[in-house]
Amino acid sequence: MTTIQAPRTPAVTRRRGVNWEKWGWIYMRASGVLLVVLIFGHLFVNLWVGDGIKAIDFAFVGGKLSDPFWKVWDTLLLWLALIHGANGMRTLVNDYATKRLTNGILKWALLLATVILIVLGTLVIYTFDPCPAGADPSLVASFCPVAN
Amino acid sequence: MSAPTGTLAEGHRPAQKKKKSAVAGTLYRGNEGMWSWVLHRITGVAIFFFLLVHILDTALIRVTPEAYNAVIGTYQNPIMGIGEVGLVGAIVFHAFNGLRIILVDYWSKGTAYQKYLFYVVIGLWVVTMLAFAPRHLINVFSH
Repeated sequence: MTTIQAPRTPAVTRRRGVNWEKWGWIYMRASGVLLVVLIFGHLFVNLWVGDGIKAIDFAFVGGKLSDPFWKVWDTLLLWLALIHGANGMRTLVNDYATKRLTNGILKWALLLATVILIVLGTLVIYTFDPCPAGADPSLVASFCPVAN
Repeated sequence: MSAPTGTLAEGHRPAQKKKKSAVAGTLYRGNEGMWSWVLHRITGVAIFFFLLVHILDTALIRVTPEAYNAVIGTYQNPIMGIGEVGLVGAIVFHAFNGLRIILVDYWSKGTAYQKYLFYVVIGLWVVTMLAFAPRHLINVFSH
């Protein structure tokens, strides 16, 4: 229950410790600037250069993710974008899910989805083999020994 | 100090239909600031749900080349191709309007110019989409 305080009750001084809400606010702006560069670069290379979306297949991704530059680029994209998006969704949950239980469930779901997808995505980037053994030679990147 | 301007109820607006009332422009609601906020939220939610799906579909490169190609192939049909114009449109708006928000927060003249900055965002969005949409749609429909 919300209790209404008597008029002129002095403002509660904030508890000591890290001001997470402030750092979240700063994170949205700092990551936002980086994401403009990272995502515009991602869209330019994947959707604008060459045949755009029609060129994307396993061999295309294999070629990109065998280059350390794109591994770092995609890792930054994954972490920065997912945390930025989840924190933005947290803002909406706080604005619209006024029931305590609903609010809690939605925020736990956001946290769970974020952690699972960051772990999954990071594992995919760093355990990915562009030339998997036994793969169809016509589907892998041209630099693979089995490619034809 | 002048009276607070944000608290006038709708019914108390001066009854001037043709001319802009004295209150117009002092209220946040219904103006550029509100619409940029609404669009920022809607595009943000749309991009977030796409991102969830996009991480999962890209994770299929770790399964087999066939599995990844099957799913990415669905992104290449004409209906999804049109959807991608919408997705990129949402991302480009969210990106430029996000930079506008940063200017409003940190630039000393940002709040004074927030309205004009919104039209700068729209202008940059149009230019970017003119560079993207025709080229992307040609790729989708002609290859």
